[in-house]
Amino acid sequence: MTHHVFEFHGETLQALAAGALYWPARRVLAVADLHLGKGLRGVRRGAAALPPYEAAETLARLDAVLALTAAAQVICLGDTFDAPDSLGFLPEDARLWLIRMQAGRDWVWITGNHDPGPVELPGAHLDHLRLAGLTFRHIAEPAETGEISGHYHPKARLVTRAGAVRRACFLIDADRIILPAFGAYTGGLDCTDPTLDRLMGAGARAVLTGPRAVPFPMPRPASRG
Amino acid sequence: MLARARDPVTLLIAPTGGGKTLAGFLPTLAELAGNAPPGLHTLYISPLKALAADIRRNLTRPIDGAGLGIRVEDRTGDTSATQKRRQRVDPPHILLTTPESLALMLSYDDAPRLFAGLQRVVVDEAHALADSKRGDQLMLGLARLQAMHPGLRRVGLSATVEDPGALAHFLAPHPAPCAILIADPGPDPDIAMLDTDAPPPWAGGGAAHAIPEVLEQVRRHRTTLIFHNTRAQAEIFFHNIWLHNDEALPIGIHHGSLDREARQRVEAAMVAGNLRAIVCTGSLDLGIDWGDVDLVIQIGAPKNVKRLVQRIGRANHRYNAPSKALIVPANRWEVVECQAALEAVRAHDLDGDPRGDGPLDVLCQQILIAACAGPFQADDLYAEVRGAGPYARLTRADFDACLDFCATGGYALRAYDRWKRLMQRSDGAWQLRDPRSVRAIRMNLGTIQDTDTLKVRYARNRGGAPLGEIEEGFAATLSKGDTFLIGGQIVRFEGLRDMVVEVSRDAAKKPKVATFNGTKFATSTQLTHRILRYLAAGDWSALPAPVADWLALQARVSRIPQAGRLLIESFPWDGREHACFYGFAGRNAQQTLGLLLTKRMEDEGLDPLGFVATDYATLIWGLKPLTDAAPLFAPGVLEAGLESWLMGNAVMKRTFRASATIAGLIERNHPGMRTSGRQATFSSDILYDTLVKYDPDHLMLRITRTEAMRGLIDFGRLREMLDRIEGRVDLVRLNRLPPLAAPLLLEVGRVPVAGAARERLLAEEAARLMQEAGLA
Repeated sequence: MTHHVFEFHGETLQALAAGALYWPARRVLAVADLHLGKGLRGVRRGAAALPPYEAAETLARLDAVLALTAAAQVICLGDTFDAPDSLGFLPEDARLWLIRMQAGRDWVWITGNHDPGPVELPGAHLDHLRLAGLTFRHIAEPAETGEISGHYHPKARLVTRAGAVRRACFLIDADRIILPAFGAYTGGLDCTDPTLDRLMGAGARAVLTGPRAVPFPMPRPASRG
Repeated sequence: MLARARDPVTLLIAPTGGGKTLAGFLPTLAELAGNAPPGLHTLYISPLKALAADIRRNLTRPIDGAGLGIRVEDRTGDTSATQKRRQRVDPPHILLTTPESLALMLSYDDAPRLFAGLQRVVVDEAHALADSKRGDQLMLGLARLQAMHPGLRRVGLSATVEDPGALAHFLAPHPAPCAILIADPGPDPDIAMLDTDAPPPWAGGGAAHAIPEVLEQVRRHRTTLIFHNTRAQAEIFFHNIWLHNDEALPIGIHHGSLDREARQRVEAAMVAGNLRAIVCTGSLDLGIDWGDVDLVIQIGAPKNVKRLVQRIGRANHRYNAPSKALIVPANRWEVVECQAALEAVRAHDLDGDPRGDGPLDVLCQQILIAACAGPFQADDLYAEVRGAGPYARLTRADFDACLDFCATGGYALRAYDRWKRLMQRSDGAWQLRDPRSVRAIRMNLGTIQDTDTLKVRYARNRGGAPLGEIEEGFAATLSKGDTFLIGGQIVRFEGLRDMVVEVSRDAAKKPKVATFNGTKFATSTQLTHRILRYLAAGDWSALPAPVADWLALQARVSRIPQAGRLLIESFPWDGREHACFYGFAGRNAQQTLGLLLTKRMEDEGLDPLGFVATDYATLIWGLKPLTDAAPLFAPGVLEAGLESWLMGNAVMKRTFRASATIAGLIERNHPGMRTSGRQATFSSDILYDTLVKYDPDHLMLRITRTEAMRGLIDFGRLREMLDRIEGRVDLVRLNRLPPLAAPLLLEVGRVPVAGAARERLLAEEAARLMQEAGLA
């Protein structure tokens, strides 16, 4: 299956295998943590130059998801850019590519901890967005319900007969969805980390991204059994 | 040696115990005796920190005894910062160090002052250094010293090697000729296989079955060295031998994962003659003088005849007595291999692979080291580097590519020109753009690729000395309550705290096995050929009866592998289909064969799930039976798509990671620099994948291909095997587990295949868990 369909606060949503969240009724697509320009981070402080292809790779994935869903509205859930000035250092063709994807779509930039200010691109720049009872923001707030966020780059491990698989994942419970990082050069936090364990309620699911979307019960820290 | 004291470069080859290290220092002592001007005169480099400390002890005694007034000090990773600072201000006459410490010293701008009076360099254990990138790095360092002092004299000391000329070319400053002195090899060793009452087991490397006989040998000799091929095996053996050591014979353990203090205690006890035996690994392969060793026991197949001969030499450090050694095969396959190795030793038939040209990742690191030391002109550095034997044939184009990589990353997309790591001044000299780079570059120095390890210590004793280290990957598999062996003790895993593995004592008898990063050597080509010849001869009477019976049973129910053919056995076992390919191409090439074959089988819809490789065979398991091998071995089929296959596989990614770390693209993980679990590092695999996709001609991928072809992929030996069989493939379909394949089912190091079958199992397992949790 290329996506996992589930009910969330009365809405039907799809966790796409590519790592984006789609809301067919409203033609809304949400992606988190693109970290465009991350390749530049080390270079600026005199470290080795990482391959400068991460923006192209991330945008190619986003383009593919847009083509698949025909989304009318795109919500970037923060940390779209690795640093406040990252946009200025993207290769020109990457900037043009981004603008081309924006054409004809309603675009919302939620601010993240890496990109706290507005960027010089069309679209709305918001701290959070409420839409038909759902709230989109960068970092999950423990008291919130019906919330969709990013920030943590969750990953999960599933042991099969043929060995263990560890991949970026969605975390989903009755009140909250945490998206995987969509960017190419993004690491991850294992979902058994206490922070994620505290945020997610009982019965939470992890949905692995990759060749297909694979839902399974969210792994919990060993001490909780 | 004194007669050759003024020669620019000399290679001295002598068997272990020939007193060659002292010979290397004779000219230095003669020149400095009683009249030593201040400053560094001689630099001694060895591959082991322990060796440097040992030589210091052995040199200081006669120097002080004769009142020569010569100062000898060592400088390694273990030397304190205060001591290092003092040495830079006031260097000793003789400095004993390692290739990594030399590289570090050369990265400081005051290196010319430190090495101002340098006259001689002594390279100890040159044969061991020449086997790795540490040797390439050392030769680049010596080229740098030679550029400072054109009259610098070099002496290389080596154990017996198969090709002295190649070693001389490696050692000598290009194009200087190198004199080779070969000492009398002494009498032939007294070597045999150890007879045991219990038959060797099917698989594994512990040799627990031989413990009573090994103990008996220890009892009969003054001092015994018991060599193992891996640290894990040494730990298990040490644990087991103490369970049987009723007389409480003093037996110690020594390997590279033990804490330094623990190692030093064992070394001191050994020197003092307080130990009857030491269970050890390659960490004792090299020339530390243990005095009274009168027996060497090699546990497990030696994999390589040359190393076996060098290890045997550890016994009886007197020149004209034969060394005494016993070899103990740890399983049935190894019995055959040990038999073949004994014959090779008796025939003086040493093995070895020709050395390739110096690798470019080490050159990249050298360029960064040069930049740390100060601005340089590209032409000067190119000339300097070509003075190193391994880089004598380096083209200007390759040098420029490495320089460009260090400066800008060398990408087809010139994205970082504004933030070059190295920039050119108006006079053309290259220098670091950001002085902060220096720290990161120095932290990353060296070519030793340790898998990431974590320290182990008692939870009750947080300030106490660590017990040793285990691989991070192994630590990740532990749950609270699991037990494992370290330093010969069984401990219980309590938890991970600040990247330290905390344990408590445990009385368990059956520990889980720790996987240390023990190097797994591939059995040499020459030795596998001998094994095939031995099997084919059909006279197995020299072997222990259970092993001869095992081979006879194989001959009856299936076939014996032959040199000019490839035997494949296909059989169902434990609910899965298996196919075993007896290529006898050595572990790495058999692993590559596994990767190529599983790819082909995936294309053929045979749903392979994984494979495991040994030096002799590759075992593949999956969901469907192999009934026709022809499509797998049709001419050119394995080669077709090799390139695209190569680029995607896990071995390439591992090779890339190692080379990218040496070249400075990826920074090493340093314990203590990591924050608890929150670090958002991305894996080197992602860098690899983007490079393959967007910049396939990038220098790092070129280096990775070259490395993998002669290293982990070992395509040369796979090609040799394919040429040897020339399409003569025998597929035998059996309904039972064939005797020769049985040990492979017990092998560790299974490689999963990321294919359709795996995705299906993943979905199945997830669905099962959803059902169970009531979420589906």
